[in-house]
Formats: sequence, structure tokens, C-alpha cells
Amino acid sequence: MGAYLLKRLISNVLLVAIAASMAYFLAATSLNPRAKYEGRQPPVAEAIVDATLDDYNLNDKTPVFERYVTWASGVVTGDLGKTWDGKSVNDEMGRRIGVSLRLLLIGTIVGCVVGVTVGAYAAVKQYRLSDRVIGVSAFVIMAVPVFVLATMLTLVAVGINDTLGFTLLEYTGEYNPALSGWDQFTNRLNHLILPTISLALGQIAFYSRIQRNMMLDVLGQDFVRTARAKGLSRRTALFKHALRTSLVPAATYFAFAFGTLLTGATFTEKIFGWHGMGAWLVDSIHSHDTNAVAAVSLFAAVCVLVAGFLSDLIVAALDPRVRVS
Amino acid sequence: MTEPTTGRDAPILEVSDLNVTFRGGIKAVRGVSYRLNRGEILGIVGESGSGKSVTSLAVMGLLPEGTEISGSVRLHGKELIGAREEELTRLRGKSVSMIFQDPLSAFTPVYTIGDQIAEAVRIHQKVGKDQAARRAVELLDLVGIPRPDLRAKAFPHEFSGGMRQRAMIAMAIANDPDVLICDEPTTALDVTIQAQVLEVLKTAQRETGAGIVMITHDLGVVAGLADRVLVMYAGKPVETGTVEEIYYRPRQPYTMGLLASIPRMDRPTERLIPIEGNPPSPAALPPGCPFAPRCPLKVEACDDAEPELERIGTGGRMSACIRSHEIDLKGLDGATVYPVPEAPAQREERRPRAERETVLKVDDLVRHYPLMKGAVFKRQVGTVHAVDGISFDIAQGETLALVGESGCGKTTTLQQIMQLQAPQGGTVVVLGKDSAKLGKAERKELRRDLQIVFQDPMAALDPRMPVGDILAEPLRAHGYKDAKAVRARVAELLTLVGLAPEHAERYPQHFSGGQRQRIGIARALALEPKLIVLDEPVSALDVSIQAGVINLLEDLKARLGLSYLFVAHDLSVVRHLADRVAVMYLGKIAEIGAVDEVYGAPAHPYTRALLSAIPLPDPELERSRTRILLEGDLPSPADPPSGCRFRTRCPKRALLGEAEARKCDEVEPTVERLAPAGDHGAACHYPESTEAVAAPGV
Amino acid sequence: MRSKVTLARLARNPQARYGLLALVLLLALAYIGPFLGPYDWTDKDFMAFLSPPSADHWWGTTQIGQDVYAVTLRGMQKSIVIGFLVALVSTGLAALVGAAAGYFGGWVDKALMWGADLLLVLPSFLIIAIISPRLKGGSWLWFVLLLALFSWMITSRVVRSMTLSLREREFVLAARYMGIPGWKIILRHIVPNLSSLLIIDATINVSGAIIGEAALSFFGFGIQPPDVSLGTLIAAGSSKVTGYPWLFLFPAGLLVLLVLSVNLIGDGLRDALDPGSTK
Repeated sequence: MGAYLLKRLISNVLLVAIAASMAYFLAATSLNPRAKYEGRQPPVAEAIVDATLDDYNLNDKTPVFERYVTWASGVVTGDLGKTWDGKSVNDEMGRRIGVSLRLLLIGTIVGCVVGVTVGAYAAVKQYRLSDRVIGVSAFVIMAVPVFVLATMLTLVAVGINDTLGFTLLEYTGEYNPALSGWDQFTNRLNHLILPTISLALGQIAFYSRIQRNMMLDVLGQDFVRTARAKGLSRRTALFKHALRTSLVPAATYFAFAFGTLLTGATFTEKIFGWHGMGAWLVDSIHSHDTNAVAAVSLFAAVCVLVAGFLSDLIVAALDPRVRVS
Repeated sequence: MTEPTTGRDAPILEVSDLNVTFRGGIKAVRGVSYRLNRGEILGIVGESGSGKSVTSLAVMGLLPEGTEISGSVRLHGKELIGAREEELTRLRGKSVSMIFQDPLSAFTPVYTIGDQIAEAVRIHQKVGKDQAARRAVELLDLVGIPRPDLRAKAFPHEFSGGMRQRAMIAMAIANDPDVLICDEPTTALDVTIQAQVLEVLKTAQRETGAGIVMITHDLGVVAGLADRVLVMYAGKPVETGTVEEIYYRPRQPYTMGLLASIPRMDRPTERLIPIEGNPPSPAALPPGCPFAPRCPLKVEACDDAEPELERIGTGGRMSACIRSHEIDLKGLDGATVYPVPEAPAQREERRPRAERETVLKVDDLVRHYPLMKGAVFKRQVGTVHAVDGISFDIAQGETLALVGESGCGKTTTLQQIMQLQAPQGGTVVVLGKDSAKLGKAERKELRRDLQIVFQDPMAALDPRMPVGDILAEPLRAHGYKDAKAVRARVAELLTLVGLAPEHAERYPQHFSGGQRQRIGIARALALEPKLIVLDEPVSALDVSIQAGVINLLEDLKARLGLSYLFVAHDLSVVRHLADRVAVMYLGKIAEIGAVDEVYGAPAHPYTRALLSAIPLPDPELERSRTRILLEGDLPSPADPPSGCRFRTRCPKRALLGEAEARKCDEVEPTVERLAPAGDHGAACHYPESTEAVAAPGV
Repeated sequence: MRSKVTLARLARNPQARYGLLALVLLLALAYIGPFLGPYDWTDKDFMAFLSPPSADHWWGTTQIGQDVYAVTLRGMQKSIVIGFLVALVSTGLAALVGAAAGYFGGWVDKALMWGADLLLVLPSFLIIAIISPRLKGGSWLWFVLLLALFSWMITSRVVRSMTLSLREREFVLAARYMGIPGWKIILRHIVPNLSSLLIIDATINVSGAIIGEAALSFFGFGIQPPDVSLGTLIAAGSSKVTGYPWLFLFPAGLLVLLVLSVNLIGDGLRDALDPGSTK
């Protein structure tokens, strides 16, 4: 098992490296940081622009491969380079990474737990009213993109706040810096409500559909019948045998769902005014900030592969058949 | 039913007029009645779709919601139909237990075997966790699982099929049930394993004194086990009686035909008697007797109403046929009322084997697979010795059967031949051409002469192609360009296998299993091959259908001068169809020779065990014979035993002296000819040369 | 024969029926609707900036006086075209790559699946967003190609695993033992037997592509002005949603309806085409 995990880790590091390099090449060739310095009033001399860009390893006159080597050797030593205006990418990332991870973590946990519960419940109540309500809601939610959902939530929040005459639901930013102590903590929680809903709702819908289908597959299988034939009640047979077994195929979808979550987080951050990695990606593409874009790509690749790795670990923990003895 | 109870007690289980209608109006079971006494074994026999499994699920109350069930099921006199769910839950596993067909899917994959048995104990008995776990180990020991304390901690996928079925039995008897319902408990198993499991079942019955309902399609299994038999057809019981009455004096035409259609090891040369047609679909039953369209004794009155079970003679036997009394009086049997198909005339007088052309010669064929482990990064952890040096040849006009249990390498052998590529080791020579030395064009040309018929008629035909296109595919691939010629040939082929030319426009799913297999045979014949490889061609078919296909294969061979390589696990069918037989064990040939000699005087202990494990559809013979039971499971082909591969399970080795036995451990035996004159060889250091005990009646 | 059965099952399936009805209505709205409205999508009404829905401007106007009804339907046309084109290309790609990888195995399989894995490491949104500055001024068809290029991987893996089991099926073995070449077997026996999966998947891909387009356009990484799509309209509308909700609600509502109806059809097709499905 240890050797297997090690091999898996090496291959993942390799995939991350290749994916991040690919992203760097794409960013370095499609973005144009020079544009940020040209056309200024008063005009900046080209030599000065070149020198500045050289300094930040952003000069398009340097061959892209050379820039890549400089960037990559920096990344290996833990230096992600400079932003277009000379700030440290590492510092900026340090500020933002926590913001994004908080959102992602909460979105994943709420999405998985609630989604699986709801899906399993729907499967047990197949064809009943509750199953149909859950099914239709999940279906509709999956047709609503995150950016529409998030915007709708702001609209609703504004409506509620206006009617009440005070701010019940916060919808911009992470917290109110004017507050401190306990107040700030509850304020942070308040700020979390809408982003979490907008991020988790899609995940809940996704997991509930998957879990319902997997559970129905399992319900028709012989071992559930065996469990009942030996005298277990329907309820116990369902929870102890069917639910537990159907979690295995559902867990394989974890990595896939995480990819959509990552994209969804970009919209959530942008719309609710959170300064996370996703918002940074959008801003830095607009500001032609090659190194920042490369840093976000690296972060995304690591996240996706960690999720894939976790997905495998969960499956191995749940299913004795795939454990390598 | 009003037969007098045989035991002193009232029946423990009494089913009367049970009807099951599925959602959508399909009547799966119609008016089933039976009673089961303590310690009695009742066999319920029928072909697929006859409603025998649904009957037992209805008794357990485990049919899906929305199924309509009417009639009465009484357990110890207490009515179960309409009883509260909690009541049924309390009885399930305690008073009535069930053993299912496929033991792999019947265990929850994520819990250990021990835990699942312990769970069954704890549901109905107030014992602690430790005590339940100990009881689980005891039960595993009782059903003959070696080192039960260790094996209890294993997961279902780590058990072999036979071991899983033993564990299933252990779980079923955990609470000393009064009734044990077994639904095809040995169908998924090899014969030698089946023999072991049937022994375990008998032990289980002795331990618990339970009454057993044994549901099966295998008339041999019932003959050896059951006290009474209930025969079902199209959801309805058609005949019931003691096992002797049913087997020796069947009084209902379907039962008569069923018994006559089984290929029997003890009567190898008789022509098989098929029942024409197919069972009716439960959605479209004919108005009168459902068997009437296939019945040779049909009269006009048969279409008027469906006959009910009626008493015949004295005692408990009943039959559902308006002509049963007549059959009884005249003493008719299947062989007399069913038309016996004529044996095909031999095209030419057979020349001696040595003078005929050799169509296939396999010499020292080897095929090893790397054994891989791991999901993402595969690494080799061993080598599977799937085929480890086998040799045989087939002369023109001859049928060689390759028999053995799963994992013996027969399928791999077949694939190696069909691929027409250079094998890993040894040579394959088809019609004088060495497969290793073929060019691309030559290989394609040779494929004309070498064709295959597959096991599963469902999977062998592309469901998205009409039958005409399926049959035309080989023709077009080999140069038939003219559309008219193709169409004519397709029509000719369909007629040849007993179908009609207009069937060419239909799709495979519109045909029954037997008809599909005929289409598969027609496709193999399309290019007029010389050698046809038959991969278990009848094992997926019901007995009454199987007979027709076997007869067809015999006829075609005689008419077209074909040679067959026939791969099978059913030794009775082999006895019927083959001229020569090669018995395989763990990638080696254990015994080879003319069928009469091998079946008549089996020399290898494995062949003897294999032959003795086959249940005969004859209660007296079946109960009077002594069985050679093999111990344990097939060793892994990745790690075959040293010396003789069979030595770990060999019953003969136990009787040898220490020095003699050492030879078995150290020296690998090769196939040696037994008598200078005969066609018979065996790979055993101490072959049997005397009397034939295994196959009675020969 | 089979297609008749499937069509009958599809017609009996209420989801598919409603989905199909909704889609037909939406298509009619997108392509016939513009002829019914009083304004063209290029018209600018300088007398009405940001005016709410009224008898003259059915769905209101934008801040430069465009008629929201006309502009939204124009954007919807683009979104629909993009959705169908992307689905066609990506499903075709998935079928070819997956079937080739599964049937031929060996290094072909390894190379193709490694490529698919690599493309899965980075979210397609991120890759296309990075490339998007290059597309400024180029044809929107490049954008279609990019969307298709980054959305075939999951389907191709499913196709591959199904091909692996089909490859061992006896009717494929029969064809191989007849001496029929591999590519012919793929086209004649394998792809037709995967057609249910491919049809279902192409349907799901349509809605995926419509959402993907809108998502990228939302940040300005997709369709570029003067072209409009539902995504660019939603982006423009969402920034003014609190004061002028009609700018957001009409394009967003149509997007959701479009995706919903396509998903309904996809789900109905799954039920009709997949006899093993329990739902």
C-alpha cells in the first residue's frame, strides 16, 4: 500500500508539473503585460519598459522558453515570481489562498453530506411525493449556472434587507473590518451564508442525483434481498447494506465534482466580492499578469489532483475489493 | 392437496393456490400448491421462466412492492400472505431461510463473511458480539470451510464460488430454521464443487432437521436429493408425485418430454428427443393448456380450457393433463409419444482414423499470462499458467471434446487456436498450415475453413443488425460481392439450420435462445468451413431446447463432413456428441482418448471423480452409486502444485505408500498410452486399469 | 424496429415530451420571435435608456437604448448554435478517441488516455480563459472549437470502458475471427452499439456547452462585442441587477429554460434508450 501511494504521488507531481507548465506557456504567449506600460501619459521609454519587464521576467522580447526556465527554477525554490507591477506573487497568494480554501472546504463538505443524505432518502422513497420533489428540485438547480444563482441570491438579499430596513444578510466581501472580537466572528459567518449556498446548492443537486441512482442500482441487487431474507427489516437492510455499498460508486464522482466546484468558486468569489484565488485569476487575465495566472493554474492543478487522490483514498477505505493488500 | 401426511406431524409449510402477478399484469405464478413436511425435501423443477423462483420469493415475502400475491402460504399453520411486515421480518431467517443462486452477488461486498453470518445470528438471538462471532466460526467449520477462524475475516470476493455457497448455507442455518428454500444453489458451480455443496446441504439438513424446498432446472440434482417433485411449466404446476413416480412413470406430456430430452451418460448412443417449439411468454398465454402447442398428444379439447391438477391412481400423485389417465392406462413414456428424429445417414463409410486427413494438430501449446495487481500502476506479481503444454489432434469428420472445470484452460486453448497467431510455445497446425508461419492473406484465407459457435447466443449476435446482415457479414468479408448471391446463400443457410428464409429481416432479439443459437451455427457454416470450434454451444439453453441443437450439430456434421472441436463442461453432452475426449486440469491434459474408452474405463483419478460427480436423472441409480468427492478447491493457476498438478486433491494419492507418493510430488506425469491397441492415454503415475466404477450403466 | 420501439418509449416519457415541447417553443422564440418584435437588435432608441418593460419595449431597454427583447433573442440564437456545434464536435471526438483507445489497447490506449488525463487536471474554464485574449477580434468559431476541445474527456473515458467490454463480446470476437479489420469493426459493431450512450451524451453536452459559453462570456472571456450571447447579456445585466432587474432576468431566465429543456430531453432519452435503467 505504501509503495503504491508513493508511486501515485510521484505521478501526480509529474502531472501537476506538466499541467502547470502548459498553463504557463499558454499564459505567457496569450497575455501581453507590455500593454500595461504602453500608451501611458506621459509615455514611458521603451528601454525602461524593457528593463522593468525583464526585471519581472515578463518581457515578450525574451524567448518564451527562456522565460519559462527562469519561472520554473523560481517555482522549484518556492518563488512564484512577480506580478505585472512588481509585487510578490507569493505574498498575494498567501493572502488569497485561505479565502478560497475556506469556501471550497465548506462547499465540499456541505455539498457531499447534504447531497448524499438527500439522494439516499429519495431512493428509499422512490416514486413517492418526496422523491419527486427532490428530483425536480435537483433537476432545476442543475440547470441554473452558479453566476445566475449567485446574482439571484444577491437580489433576494437586497430585497429582504430593504424590506426589513436593516442588513440581515451580508452580500459583499468577507467581513466588516470595523468590527472586532465576537461581533466580527458572527459577521464573518453572516458573510459566509450566501456564498456557501450558491456554491453548495449545485453540489447538493449533483450528489443527490448520483447517490439516488447508485442506491437504486444497489437496491435491486441480490445482497439486499439476502439481508432481508436473514431477517433484517427493510430499513436496516437499506441503511446497513445498501447505503454503505452504494457510497463506493458515489465516491468515485468526488474528483469530478470538485472540478466543477473550483470553477464555481471563481464566480462566487467574484460576485460576492471575496478576494480569493478565483477572483484573482479573472483580474489577472484582464491585467495581463502572466505570473499570477500561472500561480493560480498551479494551485488549481494541485487542488484537482489532491481531490483525485482523496477520492481514491475514500474509495479504498469504503471498498475492500480495491484495497491493495 | 389432500394427500395423507407421511410424517406424524402436520406439514410445516403449506402453500395453496398461490398466484403472483407482477406490475404490468404479467402472471408469473398461477395456482401453485404444495406442502412440505419436517425433514422432507421437495424438488421444484422447471425451465427458465416457469415461475419456480418467483414462487419461493413469494413464500419469503420478498417480491418487489406492487406485486399482487393471492392464495395462501401457511407456516406451522400460520398465514403469511397479508401478514404484517414486522411479523414476516421476525420469521425470515429464523423459521424460513433461503439460499440463493449466485453467491457472489448474494453477499454484501463491503462486509466480511464472518460479520454477515454473525449479523444473522444476532438478529434472532440475544447474544453478544463476541459470542455471535464465535458462532459464525463454528458454522463455517460445520459447512467444511478450512481454517474457519481466519476465513471468517475474509471478504466475499476473497472466497471461491464453492466456498461462498458453503458460507451462504452456514448463514441460512444460523438460526436452526424449519424450512430451507434453495434457489438453484449449485447452478453457478462446477460439477465437483456441486457434489461437495450438495453434501454440505445434506449435512445442514441433518443438523437442523429442516424441510427443504429445492428449486432447480437440473433433473439429476433432484433425482439424488428429493423425496417428492413438483414440475412447473408456464407458471403452473403440471405434475407432482414422489421422485420415483415422476422419473419412472411420468403421466404428463411435458414431464415425459423433459425426461426424454436429457442427454444421459448411461445411454450415450440414443438419439435425443427434443420438444419442438418454445415455452409461451407469460404475457401471451394460449387459451387452453399452455403446453398444447408443443405437445405430441394434443387433441382438440386441449385448446378449450387449461387443465387443473388431478389425482391419478392412488397415493399423492397428480397431473394436469386431460389425457393423463389414458397415458397411465397405456403406460406411455416420452420415447414412445415424442417423434424420434431420424439419425443422419453417414455420407460415406468412415475410413480408419489414421487414414483420414488431420484438420487440427496442436502440439505442446503454451499460454502464460502475467498476473497483474494494482489499479493505476499495474505490476506483475506472478504468472498464470493458463495452458501449459497440451497436445492433441483432430482427424477429418471427428469431434474432439475438450472438457474440464472453470479455470482448466479450455477457453484459452480455444482462443489460441482461433487467433491463428504464433503461440507463446508449441505449434498450432490447421489443415496442414502452421499458424506461426501464416502471411496476412493466408491467415484470412484459412479463416474460411475455421469457424466458431459461441456459448451465449444473446451476446454472439450484434443486436443492431438484422439476421440477414449477420449471416452476410462473413460472406461479404470473403469476397461474395453479388447481392443476389448473398441473399440466396443466406436463405439457404437459414433453411439448413431449421429456420425460414423470411427470418432474415428480423433482429436477433425477436428469436428465442435456441433459435439464436441456430443463427450462430448458420453464420459459422456460411463459408463452408472444414473445422468448427464449438464453445459450450448448448450450456446456456434449457434442456428441452438443448436436445434440438445437439441433434442439429450431429446432422450437420454427418451431412457436411465437418470436424468439431467441442469445448464443454457438461460431460453428458460430451458423451453424446464427441468421438474423442480430452480432460483438462490446470492447463494440462489429464486424460485423452476415445469416448467409450475414457468414459468406460477412466484411468486418471480426476476423470473418475469428474464422472462420478455428475448427477444422473435416475433416482435409483443416483442413490445407489458411490461418489468420489474431491477435497478443496482448484489450486490457483498462478501457483500450480509441483509434480502432478492434481496431487493436492487426489483421492488416490492418499492410498499410496510414502515412496510412491513422493513421485507424485516431484515428477510431473506426461500423457502415456495405456494399452498398445486402444486410443486412450492418461497423465498419471498410477493409472487405474481395472473396473469402471464411475459411470454406472455403461 | 429498435428505433420504433425507442421512439414509442420516448413519446410515452413525460419528461422527454415536455422537454421537447419546451425546446421547440424556445427555438421558435429565438428564430421567429425577432420578426414579431417592433425593434431590430441593432436599433437604438435614444428616447428610452434603461426603461422598464412597457408596451413599446416589451422587455425594457438597455443603457444605450437597445431593445432587450430583440437583443436577448439575438443572444439566444448564438448560444443555441454554439451549444449544438460544440456538442456535435466534442461527442464525435469522444467517440473516436474512446473507441480507438478501448479497441486497440496497448500504447494507443495509454497515449490517448494520458492526454485525456492531462486535460482533466486543469479545469477547462481556466484554460479557455487564459487563451481567450488571443481570440479578441477572431471568429467566434474558434471559441466553439476551444469549448469542444476541452469537453470530450469524460465521455471518451466512458466510451473507452464500454468499448473494453464490447471488445470481449462474442459478436465482436466473431467479426474478428472472420478476418474483418479493426477500424471496420469499430465503425460497424462498436460505435452503433454505443449509439444510445452517444446520443444521450451529445444532448447533455449541448446544455454543458451553453452554460460553458455563458460562464466564459460572463467575465468577458467568450463572445466579444459587438456579438452578443446570453452570457454577455447576463454579465451586463448582473452588474445592474438591483436597480434594473429586467436586464438580468430575461436572459438568465431564458438560459435556465434552455438548459432545463435540453436536460429533460437528455434524461428522457436515457430512459428510452437504456433498457436497463430502473427509473
